[in-house]
Amino acid sequence: METETKNNELLRGGQFLVKETKAEDVFTPEDFSEEQKMMRDSVKEFVDREIWPKKEEFEHKNYALTEEVMRKAGEMGLLGVAVPEEYGGLGMGFVTTMLVCDYISGATGSVATAFGAHTGIGTLPITLYGTEEQKKKYVPKLATGEWFGAYALTEPSAGSDANSGKTKAVLSEDGKYYKISGQKMWISNSGFCHTMIVFARIEDDKYITGFIVENDPENGISMGEEEKKLGIHSSSTRQVFFSDTKVPVENMLGERGEGFKIAMNALNVGRIKLAAASLDAQRRVIANAVQYANERIQFNVPISSFGAIKLKLAEMATSAYVGESASYRAGKNIEDRIALRVKAGNSHQEAELKGVEEYAIECSILKVAVSEDIQNCSDEGIQIYGGMGYSADTPMESAWRDARIARIYEGTNEINRMLAVGMLVKKAMKGHVDLLNPAQAVAAELMGIPSFETPDFSELLSEEKAMIAKLKKVFLMVAGSAVQKYGTELEEHQQTLMAAADILIEIYMAESAILRTEKNAERFGEDSQKEQIAMSQLYLYHAVDIITVKAKEAILSFAEGDEQRAMLMGLKRFTKYQNMPNIGELRRTIAHKVISENNYPF
Amino acid sequence: MKILVCISHVPDTTSKINFTDSDTKFDTNGVQFVINPNDEFGLTRAMWFKEKQGATVHVVNVGGAETEPTLRKALAIGADEAIRINTPATDGFSVAKQLANVAKEGGYDLVIGGRESIDYNGGMVPGMVAKLIGANFVNTCIGLEVEGDKATAIREIDGGKETLKTSLPLVIGGQKGLVEESDLRIPNMRGIMQARTKPLNVKEPVDANAETNTVSFQKPAPKGAVKLVDSVDELVNLLHNEAKVI
Repeated sequence: METETKNNELLRGGQFLVKETKAEDVFTPEDFSEEQKMMRDSVKEFVDREIWPKKEEFEHKNYALTEEVMRKAGEMGLLGVAVPEEYGGLGMGFVTTMLVCDYISGATGSVATAFGAHTGIGTLPITLYGTEEQKKKYVPKLATGEWFGAYALTEPSAGSDANSGKTKAVLSEDGKYYKISGQKMWISNSGFCHTMIVFARIEDDKYITGFIVENDPENGISMGEEEKKLGIHSSSTRQVFFSDTKVPVENMLGERGEGFKIAMNALNVGRIKLAAASLDAQRRVIANAVQYANERIQFNVPISSFGAIKLKLAEMATSAYVGESASYRAGKNIEDRIALRVKAGNSHQEAELKGVEEYAIECSILKVAVSEDIQNCSDEGIQIYGGMGYSADTPMESAWRDARIARIYEGTNEINRMLAVGMLVKKAMKGHVDLLNPAQAVAAELMGIPSFETPDFSELLSEEKAMIAKLKKVFLMVAGSAVQKYGTELEEHQQTLMAAADILIEIYMAESAILRTEKNAERFGEDSQKEQIAMSQLYLYHAVDIITVKAKEAILSFAEGDEQRAMLMGLKRFTKYQNMPNIGELRRTIAHKVISENNYPF
Repeated sequence: MKILVCISHVPDTTSKINFTDSDTKFDTNGVQFVINPNDEFGLTRAMWFKEKQGATVHVVNVGGAETEPTLRKALAIGADEAIRINTPATDGFSVAKQLANVAKEGGYDLVIGGRESIDYNGGMVPGMVAKLIGANFVNTCIGLEVEGDKATAIREIDGGKETLKTSLPLVIGGQKGLVEESDLRIPNMRGIMQARTKPLNVKEPVDANAETNTVSFQKPAPKGAVKLVDSVDELVNLLHNEAKVI
């Protein structure tokens, strides 16, 4: 199912930075079709019935329970949402698959991880890269939950440096199969999977190769004990050992040496889905936190009446709102890009691959931003519960532990920060995104005399949008100078990359919220968006602060003398509000709504 | 067997209830609507008849276009066809008249309604429908079997159960017990997709004037603060002198 596309001109990945996006062109959660809403409600009901009431059991390493829930999810059709109809799935659009992933993941990280590992990296590489025979053989079983999938890339000595794996695949003498030997670790779903996408090196190839391996203990596959983890306690995570495991040559996934590319592309999808998977977790944490704050009486009043608690609730709701805005904006961009490519004659497989790859920058941005949001949100959730929050008897403790992994898997947040900026620079070099001219324009502006005119900001969110435009200049100024200074050695300067990534992330997130709010204010009336306007303004205010700090850090580390002074002046100019928002008032507005609705109401 | 399940579109049980227009109208702002729970037990029982006995299941609702998502959900759960009678549901009698017209025209063997809707709790519609179409009627029905044109219905009575034998055509006012809560179905993804292509027919209403009109609604007085007492004597004193209940 494709949601209606309004975009006249679809921005390419990363172009949000140099081209203005119109509010009417962004997709927002308020744009879900009736059918998508029904699916969302079904998933919510499923979680409320099958997962949430058993939340505590998931904390006691009940792997069988995870498997049972996954099987029921299969019966509900939730595992085949993204799978094309000819392979037993439902062939839904990208936004719908994100929606399902979002809402099924809210109750416990154990199910979120099992679901993500199975549908994303366990099944998707076969639908994207598999041969017709492979797809026919494996995908229908995976789409219905008859079989479960896992993805075996990481090794003891190959984590972030995924291509350095030592697992070998040796062609048999008769040329009929490969013999795989090696050790994989942190393999989600390993305890109950039927298939694994295994990456191994053939001879001394530069790049690894992917294989579809059936999990057969008789075929040289053995498993380590379940890992003892901080969180996601009922997600099965084991080491997997391969010893001369025979894999028929026809089970090679994609071409020889294409494994690294497959691994990375699967991760692009995994990243944006992980962002989605961290959204409902936030909604549930907020709902529980506000319910507790409304019931917990201290000094004769509910603690929700205190400013210190309102502050937290307002910030938590804001993060969730912003995360939703950005995730579905990017998700729809991907869906539209896929549709565009299908229209241009690409196979669905090719279109989906290229569609997601196009927005790899946004996928990384979202992964980092939303995984950090759920961490902060659950941390504040504990704080609102006070001592009770630290107890395993309340849902905050496990939410916090479960959230922690999201900053690590699907590429650590550090790797993703570097990727986001690195990919953008590469796109600029390839001419896909013109950063050079805008960066030069900013450089020229720095040398010029600033305008002393007072702009008219009477229109809703116009000052915020003008601020976003200026923040983009900050990025161009910092990243542009860094590229100029370091050239191809930029990737060696990780501290600068981290700072640049944070600037990029804050711009995308803040802009997404502003555009969503603007679009909704336009169609539903400004009055109905009072809190959403406040959340967009509050987030932007923080974004400006973060960007100021990060940009300064970067400038001080690579610029000196006059250049440094000019850039710091520019930074000041590009982060200056004409009318500073009243942050206390914004937070009170947001908190009031959350508290009176006793829920996350947006 | 042709079954018609009457579906009322009601606020979710957790909704906050407010009134507008000087307490004469229910404020639907921000309210989530669901299938009336009593009707959902009936719909789920109807699905059982469909799967085990090959029954055809139609669902019907009286209401404006805003009630269609509720009908679509019934289709996603498995009903074959939906009918929306295009007029606001005002009072019990006018709703019953509309439903009776559909029930009669469609020649249904079994009409399943809920014992009452959980919004206005009138509890009159199924009985009125039975009278209007000349069918048998069992209210507060907690069990139903159909064999040919004979039906065995179990009814909840004060402190026990009553088993009745009757024949089709039959109208029941169903409730929990027809199926259990754990039997209620969550629409699966394929069901939701199929619901898109199933017929949802909009039917214009027949003449039926409301026989009762709401004058005003009144919410119960808000609960006062909880008072914690330290001794039984104090409790007795308060119950006697303040609450004046003993």
